[in-house]
Amino acid sequence: MAVAGGDCFPNRWKPSMTALAALIRRDIRIALRVGGGALIGVLFFLTVVVLMPFAVGPDLALLSRLGPAILWLGALLASLLTLDRLFMADHEDGSLDLITMSRTPLELACAAKALAHWLAAGLPLIVATPVLGLLLNLDMVATAAVALTLLAGTPALTFTGMIGAALAVTLHRGGLLMAVLVLPLSIPVLIFGVAASQAVIVGPMTFGAPFSILCALSLVSLVIGPFAAAASLRHGLD
Amino acid sequence: MSGLNQGDMRLSGHGLRCVRGGREVFAGLDFAAGSGEAVAVVGRNGSGKTSLLRLIAGLLVPADGSITLEGGHSELTLPEQCHYLGHRDALKPALSVAENLTFWADFLGGERFDAAESLAKVGLDHAIHLPAGFLSAGQRRRLSLARLLTIRRPVWLLDEPTNALDVAGQDMFAGLMREHLAAGGVIVAATHAPLGIESRELRIGGVA
Repeated sequence: MAVAGGDCFPNRWKPSMTALAALIRRDIRIALRVGGGALIGVLFFLTVVVLMPFAVGPDLALLSRLGPAILWLGALLASLLTLDRLFMADHEDGSLDLITMSRTPLELACAAKALAHWLAAGLPLIVATPVLGLLLNLDMVATAAVALTLLAGTPALTFTGMIGAALAVTLHRGGLLMAVLVLPLSIPVLIFGVAASQAVIVGPMTFGAPFSILCALSLVSLVIGPFAAAASLRHGLD
Repeated sequence: MSGLNQGDMRLSGHGLRCVRGGREVFAGLDFAAGSGEAVAVVGRNGSGKTSLLRLIAGLLVPADGSITLEGGHSELTLPEQCHYLGHRDALKPALSVAENLTFWADFLGGERFDAAESLAKVGLDHAIHLPAGFLSAGQRRRLSLARLLTIRRPVWLLDEPTNALDVAGQDMFAGLMREHLAAGGVIVAATHAPLGIESRELRIGGVA
């Protein structure tokens, strides 16, 4: 987010950039400290994936066929688990009131919060993927393919999940409601994420087509997510 | 472009009606406060004191009526020129006192003062690196007050501001409010206890 000079943005926008950077720094800091959500997601991801070989059994061929699906499911569930608190914590301690009142547009503040969440909770999942690939008998290329699809696809999970997190604040219901609302939105991401990884491992499809759709889903959610979440938060003012 | 305009600001509400959860809290409420004036909103529990503050802060939408600020910053909306000090103090227990304060200073933007100086004014300068989670209720309130001092906003909306403050803290806070009014600011405070400064009383919903 480079702001070159003062000409391309009106004056009003410059303070916004400082504000957004401050919001991202704060959220990452909270997530990484004791009691923050970042570690919980990664631990959950590790647990799901580590347990899977024991459940499936010692069939190595089956394991490597299921590998991408297991990794993707683990990542999806881990991000659902941590997204729940995205706005709820700020709502409960009154921060959301001040964020709503501030000079920063609520849409940008929502986008900044989602970005911070992805950096703190989504990125570690991708970093952990190569290690877990070993457990699932995935070779280097397959692991790289899964990591790449996760890199392209997890922003979509975060930004669509944000809509559910905002609705959970608006409707004063947490947890389960959010999972129910968000799951249908994450299904396309899951389908194309796994399809792209499978294409590398077993073929016969090309990697490019499902991967492009995955990227498109991420870009669309990047645009729609902040607006939908901000609209929901504004509507639920109370 | 200074945050406070001298002497010619006027915050007013006309015919305000507030409905929450399908129940009318108050209707036909008028109020006005000019630069250097404090309004103490009084009334029994549930009469809508907090709701009035949240209406002004733009956190609730009035069912009827309007709120205007004349003479404020022309490019900013009313909520963007307000400080809101609510029951919930918007502090993160995992972050230190200084981190909490500088975050809000960076995020809220506008004309700002030295954070360390504000902390000294509210008597928290000894606890700068302490996580906010370890603060007492009174200290948390003092930290919230430091936010009002660090970032300059012409309108202060205070909800039971003296709650949890000790006697010395209440005196300190009265001094801060006097300074704010002397600089041409406006204060609207919902309160049960006396504010400790000269203020006009706005009674909501009959005698308490």
